[in-house]
Formats: sequence, C-alpha cells, structure tokens
Amino acid sequence: MGGGATFRFDVEGLQFYYGDAQALRDVSIRIEDRRITALIGPSGCGKSTFLRCLNRMNDTIPGVRLEGKVRLDGQDIYAPQEDVAELRRRVGMVFQKPNPFPQSVFDNVAFGPRVLDLAGDHSALEGLVEQSLVRAALWDEVADRLHESALSLSLGEQQRLCIARVLAVEPEVILMDEPCSALDPIATLKIEELMRQLSADYTIVIVTHNMQQAARASDYAAMMMLVDGRAGTIVEFGPTRKVFTRPSDRRTEDYITGRFG
Amino acid sequence: MTAQPRATLERELRRVQDNVLRMGDMVDAAVGRALKALTERDTALAQEIVQGDAEVNALRFRVEEDCLTLIATQQPAAGDLRIVMAAFSIVSDLERMADHAAGIARTVLRMGDDPLLKPLIDIPRMAEVCREMLRQALRSFVDRDAETARRIARQDDVIDGLYQQVFRELLSFMVEDPHTTTRALYLLFSAHNLERIGDRITNIVERVVFMTSGEMRELNPEPPDSAHME
Repeated sequence: MGGGATFRFDVEGLQFYYGDAQALRDVSIRIEDRRITALIGPSGCGKSTFLRCLNRMNDTIPGVRLEGKVRLDGQDIYAPQEDVAELRRRVGMVFQKPNPFPQSVFDNVAFGPRVLDLAGDHSALEGLVEQSLVRAALWDEVADRLHESALSLSLGEQQRLCIARVLAVEPEVILMDEPCSALDPIATLKIEELMRQLSADYTIVIVTHNMQQAARASDYAAMMMLVDGRAGTIVEFGPTRKVFTRPSDRRTEDYITGRFG
Repeated sequence: MTAQPRATLERELRRVQDNVLRMGDMVDAAVGRALKALTERDTALAQEIVQGDAEVNALRFRVEEDCLTLIATQQPAAGDLRIVMAAFSIVSDLERMADHAAGIARTVLRMGDDPLLKPLIDIPRMAEVCREMLRQALRSFVDRDAETARRIARQDDVIDGLYQQVFRELLSFMVEDPHTTTRALYLLFSAHNLERIGDRITNIVERVVFMTSGEMRELNPEPPDSAHME
C-alpha cells in the first residue's frame, strides 16, 4: 500500500464463534479508504461472516461471540457505547439477492431517509432520492417509473435500487455480499462499473465467488481459507494485480487457478 | 466419469509448451545448419535455411494465437497466466533467433566463391555455446527451473567473450590489409548474429525466471561493452 493511504477499517486479531464453533481465527486486515477490497476463498471459509462483522450484522444471531478489535476510523465498533443503528447507516450492506421492499421505487429509496429523518421536507427528500438513484446509475431507467412497484424492475435494476437505498442514508462504507450472483453478465458488468464509480467516494468491501469479478473489479484482494479444516482466516492479502499474477501463498495460487475450491 | 476442473486448461497449456519446444528445436537446428553452411560453404543448404525461416515464423504465430485463445477462453491466473505470457514472449525471441540463423545463411550466399579469410575456430565455438544454452533454456522452461535459468544467463558472458575475440582478430586483419575488409566483415556479421542469439537466450531465461518466480528483471543488466557495433 502506498504512502499516505488512509484506512477505514483496522481489524486486529479477530476471533469469531457461533456458540462453541470458531468460524474466524485471528483475522487481521486494514481496509483502505475509497478502494474496493474483495474477499475471496472457497465456500464456508468465513467470508460472509467476516463481512458481517464489519457492521455487526452477526449480532442478530443468538450465541455468537467475538474477540479482538474491529475499528472503524479508529473507533472500536464493538465498544459498549457504540450506536449500532448509526454504525449500520455508516456501513451499508447489499446482499446476494436483491431485496427491495414491496413498495414503490421512490419509497424504497426514501425509506432510510424517512426513518432517520435525513431530509427536511418533501422536496429535499425528492432531491435525495433522485441523487441516490443517479449515483446508483439507475435514474435514467426509472425516472418515469418512480411510483411503480420496485418488484416490477429487472433483477439487475433491483440490485442497483438496493444500492441506491444504501446510498440514500449517506454511508461511508458499502459491504456487498456476492451482489452479482443472481445477475446476468451485462447486469453484473453494470454493478462492477457502478462499484468503480462509487469507489471515488465510498469504501467498498465485496465478497465474491467469481474470481474474474474479483480480478476485474477490486483494488485489493484478501484470500480466506479454513485452517485446521474449521475456522476461516486470511492467508494472503495484497493488491489485486499482484494476487492474481504472482500470489505469494501456494493456497491462493491453487484456489485462483482452479486447483481446489 | 469425473469432471476435472482444469483438464481443458492443462491440455491447452501443454499444447503451447509443446509448440514452444518444437520451435526451439527448429531454431537449434537452424543455427547448426547455418554453421555447417558457413563452414562447408554450402550455398544450397544456406538457401534452404533462408526458406525454412517461414516455417518458424508460422509456428510463432500459431503459438501466439493459442495464447490469445487461452487467455480469452480460459482466463488463466497467477502461475498459469505467467506461463502463457512467458510462452508468448519466448516465441518472439525464438523467431528473432531464427532470423539471425537465416542472417548467417544469407552471408554465406553473399560470400559466393570468396575464400574464407581465416580458418573458423571461435565462430563454431560460439555456435556450440549458443545451441547448448538454448537447449538448457528450453529444459529450464519445461522444468520450471529458475536456478538453471539464472545459470544459463551467466553463460552469455562466454559468447560475448568469444565475440570480442573474433572482433579484435578481424579488426587486425582489416587494419593490416584493407583488402581483407569484405571477407572480414562476412565473418564479423556471422559472429554478430551469434552474439545476438546469445542475448535472445538471455531474454528467454529471464522469462523462465518470471514464469517460475514472478520476478521480472534483467539477468545481465550490464553486458560487456559491445558499443563498437552500435
């Protein structure tokens, strides 16, 4: 990483347990601001679990336990005084399957700002919705359908709507858990291009099973693996161009060249 | 029946490698034959070598085409990608080496019936060292052996040393008797072609080092001074 890089997340010695089962072991990583970091690795290696540690989405699961430090801009997000709702506003999330609410396009994007009271009046809200849809590269396609059901959109449009919904609450980090796995190649490329544009203003962390997607769309890649066949950890982390041309860990090499996984 | 996830990729990588080796053999033979044509003043053989160059060129394009297809259809990464890129670069060096062998053959054709200026001693040695280096370089490519590759690069000094010797000797002929200049230049051109072949082999082993280790750097960053030809 070049000099002067600033880091959004600083994760140190993270251990994560579902009950007695350890899911993550000793995960340490620093995630650079306004860059796209991809988490890659075989199924079940803890990529999504780790991603969900970054905005405390795992908190909703009973019996989970976490050790180590996850700092966002230097603040421990697991500190007792942490406001979890505010954390999730700052660190938004996009899921594998587009999950728009069964409401209009407009109301989907307006949902967060309304709950959080981010827009003063209706015209401010309209401005925020439009701006979010523009940033999500969806405005041109839905400008005249704002009051139609979000479910009438194509899957690719629905996923960009979900991104617009995240953007509407003015986050700093966007977590994406396999955001393209339900999409066709063109819709996938649109999301990747959108990620590239958004990375000028936001820090993006993406979980993907698609090696070409990680190679195309990310600046940094973290290779995760199960160690001792049980808990996941990061075995290699570096600039994507290095990881995909000359990985330093044999396991990364084997995984990205299709020898296992 | 089980599906092997890398079967197609492995098969295509193997074909690329086999064709690189075939091309290497053709170049090795061309250098040997060019020396034979020079030593025996065999213009018919020289003609054959010049014509045979087209076959090497064709094989080079075939390998490049296979590499392109492999990248487009198999999306190789990491070590696989480095093999493809190394092969792509190596065939370009081999093609130039074949041109240099053809260059020697053309000199033989140009010499006509002029007698050799002097008996050939160092030039055949240069050719032998080149051919041996080439064979070892190809072996290091197949064996993914960076250590051997680095060692081969150092042998280029032997070729450069012999070339310097040939150069000085021919220069003294030309200085003593300017009438020998044309015949001295025939031999100097031949030696120069061999010296260039040695440099190309160094390029090849640099690619082998890159392919095996990911390290991309010159192996002979400060070659002995050959500025007199520049």
